[in-house]
Amino acid sequence: MTNPHHTTADDTHPHPQGPPGLDAHLVVDRSGFRLDVTLTAAPGDVVALLGPNGAGKTTALRALAGLTPLTEGHLRLDGTALEDTPPESRPVGVVFQDYLLFPHLSALDNVAFGPRCRGAGKAEARTQAAAWLERMGLSGHAGVKPRRLSGGQAQRVALARALATRPRLLLLDEPLAALDARTRLEVRAQLRRHLAEFEAVSVLVTHDPLDAMVLADRLVVVEHGRVVQEGTPADIARHPRTDYIARLVGLNLYRGQAAGHAVRLDAGPVITTTEELSGPVFVAFPPSAVTLFRDRPSGASARNLWRCEVAGLETQGDQIRADLTGELPLAADLTTVAAAELDLHPGASVWATVKATQTHAYPA
Amino acid sequence: MTSLDKPGVVAGPRSGRPRRRRVGAGGRRGVPLPLLLPALVALAFLLLPLLALLVRAPWHSLPDQLTSTEVWQALQLSLVTATAATAVSLVLGVPLAWLLARTEFPGRRLVRALVTLPLVLPPVVGGVALLLALGRNGVIGQWLDSWFGITLPFTTTGVVIAEAFVAMPFLVISVEGTLRAADPRYEEAATTLGASRFTAFRRVTLPLIAPGIAAGAVLAWARALGEFGATITFAGNFPGRTQTMPLAVYLALQNDPEAAIALSLVLLAVSIAVLAGLRDRWMTTS
Repeated sequence: MTNPHHTTADDTHPHPQGPPGLDAHLVVDRSGFRLDVTLTAAPGDVVALLGPNGAGKTTALRALAGLTPLTEGHLRLDGTALEDTPPESRPVGVVFQDYLLFPHLSALDNVAFGPRCRGAGKAEARTQAAAWLERMGLSGHAGVKPRRLSGGQAQRVALARALATRPRLLLLDEPLAALDARTRLEVRAQLRRHLAEFEAVSVLVTHDPLDAMVLADRLVVVEHGRVVQEGTPADIARHPRTDYIARLVGLNLYRGQAAGHAVRLDAGPVITTTEELSGPVFVAFPPSAVTLFRDRPSGASARNLWRCEVAGLETQGDQIRADLTGELPLAADLTTVAAAELDLHPGASVWATVKATQTHAYPA
Repeated sequence: MTSLDKPGVVAGPRSGRPRRRRVGAGGRRGVPLPLLLPALVALAFLLLPLLALLVRAPWHSLPDQLTSTEVWQALQLSLVTATAATAVSLVLGVPLAWLLARTEFPGRRLVRALVTLPLVLPPVVGGVALLLALGRNGVIGQWLDSWFGITLPFTTTGVVIAEAFVAMPFLVISVEGTLRAADPRYEEAATTLGASRFTAFRRVTLPLIAPGIAAGAVLAWARALGEFGATITFAGNFPGRTQTMPLAVYLALQNDPEAAIALSLVLLAVSIAVLAGLRDRWMTTS
């Protein structure tokens, strides 16, 4: 973050004793609903609050921003207690779900709004805003009103606006929900890069497991106002603790380098996909797309065939999820009948295969 | 619409003109007479008086009428006081509208009801009430008089006060409605960017609701321009000081009807201009 910035903003947010990063216990009581969530994150972390609608994710985000008061609990950012600080004085930036760009201001003035409010002069604020728009690749759209921006552009302006106040905590509410499927892939990759560059804590709220897994280092799954599970995307995908999570994160997700239809996964093996891409990509497929064999299937081609070992088995309803290690760590779903026929047990060695048509690759 | 399935239509009209009319009426397909007749009477009732005003207008002497000192004085006074009353309504009414739309306080609904009271209150009663409050012996007026030597009744300031009293509710209600329709989350977004609640109002909310404020201001201005009852009660009828257009019209009708008609025409023109200015807001059928 080499952008020009004034020092007055930092003066209002001293960094006294206490660990850097976020340390929050958010309790919000509302009629018939109680949110009780603990969140911690170190600078540079990207944490995703994942959960069904009405789970309290957005309430948690609003509490972090100061838009909803805490009933109980605490909120410390870089060691400074913020629970009694009004939203305008918190070093917190928010990207709202539908961006809420001020319709009467140009993209540049939207971004300059924050620095202006935090004490920068008009010219200085605009210089900073222009630098942020340039970072987002939007220099050519500085004078454009929000309604003339595409969804992806508006999202980046909203991100620039939130970052321009140089927050120590960046909050994103369903950052990709307002985009159509095609734009979404592209914007997700961009957003991932920007979040990776951001040196302070990011917390994003989403109900889309894929967004959460791609964007976040750590997932906090919230149901009925409580944290039901917490961990890395891989952890949670392997060991879902509730049916909701199992359904939600029913995905095998890998990073790799694509060359045409073949993707060399960081985990080792090559996987063949329907998409034709090049460069860093994600590959995802659901556990139900995985087929298991005890013996190497003779007729099958060698593509997308891996030798694995059963590390664990879990029953989920009438399904069994097999946790596999070996050439490629995998989660596979199969029926109880199939599991019995295969005589699956922890330690059993199996061959796993997945059809190229059931994988999805997209740029990282 | 075509006459294929209506033999009567084909047989009836001979020339092109009635035929077209007939087809046009047929498009409304069966407006029942018990509705159509009263509707037409209502239309005539509303439009005929205005038409009469135009028919009887002293068109040839109109330029002289409008440039006579009394007319000019009244017109000038009306424009100045109505504009001043609108300004007062804006400065005080917009914050009141914000308070009603954006905050919760005990008795808010009661306050809102009281604000709208002048909308339905006979203006004369408003004038009497103003006299009792701000008159020389009024509840507040006596202090204004003895402490500051300020007398409001029967002054031009009094006219502005009377007009603002009657017009401000229009503005407040209009702006409050616009505020309620506007997304309050824009203010939240501004707050997270470091704006105080007032800065958020000034730099985000105000520009967003500007069209609503403008419409409310025009409405209030039109109401102030036509104010009669409260003005004559509280401010009297002194040419050049408190005699506004409506008062001048009323007075002129007794000894110089042509002047009254001329003044009325001016007010009619202003009203039509206001309506044209607000057409997008108030005249869209939906």
